[in-house]
Amino acid sequence: MFKRTHKISQPVRIDFEGREIIAQSGDSVAAALLAAGVGYFRESPASGTRRAPFCMIGNCFECLLEIDGQANRQGCMVAVREGMRVKMQRGAGDLDYE
Amino acid sequence: MGTLSDAVAFPSRNTMNDYDVAVVGGGLLGSAFAFGLAAMRLRVALFDEGDIAIRAARGNFGLVWVQGKGRGMREYARWTLHSSQLWSGFARRLADETGIDVGFHRPGGFHVAIDHEEHARNLALLQQLRDEAGDEGYAFEVLEHAALKKALPGIGADVPGGTYCPHDGHANPLKLLRALHHGFQQNGGTYLPRRRVTDIAPVDGGGFKLDAANDLLQVRAEKVVIAAGHGSLALARQLDLQVPVFPVQGQIVVTEKARLRFNYPTNYVRQTDEGNYLLGPSERDVGYDSNTESVTLRNIARQCSRAFPFLRELRVQRAWAALRIMTPDGFPIYDQSPTYPGVFSFACHSGVTLAAVHTLDACAWIRQGAIPQAYDCFSAKRFDVQTYA
Repeated sequence: MFKRTHKISQPVRIDFEGREIIAQSGDSVAAALLAAGVGYFRESPASGTRRAPFCMIGNCFECLLEIDGQANRQGCMVAVREGMRVKMQRGAGDLDYE
Repeated sequence: MGTLSDAVAFPSRNTMNDYDVAVVGGGLLGSAFAFGLAAMRLRVALFDEGDIAIRAARGNFGLVWVQGKGRGMREYARWTLHSSQLWSGFARRLADETGIDVGFHRPGGFHVAIDHEEHARNLALLQQLRDEAGDEGYAFEVLEHAALKKALPGIGADVPGGTYCPHDGHANPLKLLRALHHGFQQNGGTYLPRRRVTDIAPVDGGGFKLDAANDLLQVRAEKVVIAAGHGSLALARQLDLQVPVFPVQGQIVVTEKARLRFNYPTNYVRQTDEGNYLLGPSERDVGYDSNTESVTLRNIARQCSRAFPFLRELRVQRAWAALRIMTPDGFPIYDQSPTYPGVFSFACHSGVTLAAVHTLDACAWIRQGAIPQAYDCFSAKRFDVQTYA
């Protein structure tokens, strides 16, 4: 699995599925989760299979997460923020129709 | 992909290859005909220019739509309805023969009006179609805002109302194209990709010879079906057929996937069976330009989110433009050459809706060698001033 090359100097705490993860300020959410040993981020809407980041540069959409209540955010394109609440993206996101 | 399999699959060069029918055009019309004719055990060659072609069939919205079509030509309204009624069986047959589910659903469709003017215009159109249908009837239901909101959750506060037509449905147009191609080849058809037909000429002893650009392959066929979309214009002229089609650009916006909750296709928005929302429609007169541009995309986003405000929550994943094959009156052109009766031409912008009738009904016309009189109304002769002189 992934290992950090530098010690965390400016810690940022985020919540992932009820678990506290400590990230380095400036990490993307995807990088922070991978560094914390999270193996997969989402279950695909079409087949339900487990997926994890592939490109880490905003192209592949494999790193989708629910971030602060908003579905289908690209984990690699969002920087961690103190107190952020992150969940796995299970299937497609739902919308408030009313 | 490519040359090795091509060499195996294709007829040898420098020899004349004989077919019962050569179909020119591998889009939704050409492949529907090629599939239907091959399934009749005819020997069929399908010429397909390939991805450099102006591919309307790759940019389709995917509606199987009856509502609002055919004002001024009752036969087209009837033909469209007939196709929509054949579609369920057609989709089942495609699934059985090819294993490809084209995602056809026919729950009926809504025309949602985003302002009072559009609502009034739509009601007048449907009323006229009902009048023209007379005793045959024309099924639609008018819903004002409150009733529409019950039937179609998520409509915007500004929406005055809409209409519902039970015959409307939708399908995945790319899977449809793939299923037709697959079914064609499974029935023994010969697919000839990357071959832009340049010349079609009668040969001694009957039939026609087709030449493709930069290719030594020669094909002779008893009959020829020209269904080459925008390419039909120049090709058909060689055989005394007029196919006066012109491009009307349409752009489509695709959102990320969301949970399946949007149960009906509408005039502005539909949700695919994989969860993406497709947003449209638009019309631009820009010749053969198939690039998107921001003003149209913005208008599409505006009109669709006015109709369905929840769409504002979704991110856009991609957008594209494609060029409809439009005729002067918007109705199909089905024709047979007066000079060379073995040559037929077909053009229309409803390639998905009419796919079922093209395969299941119109292929028999080719086999029999004549378009039945009942369908004379679709001939391009209707555009000749002499017709009315």
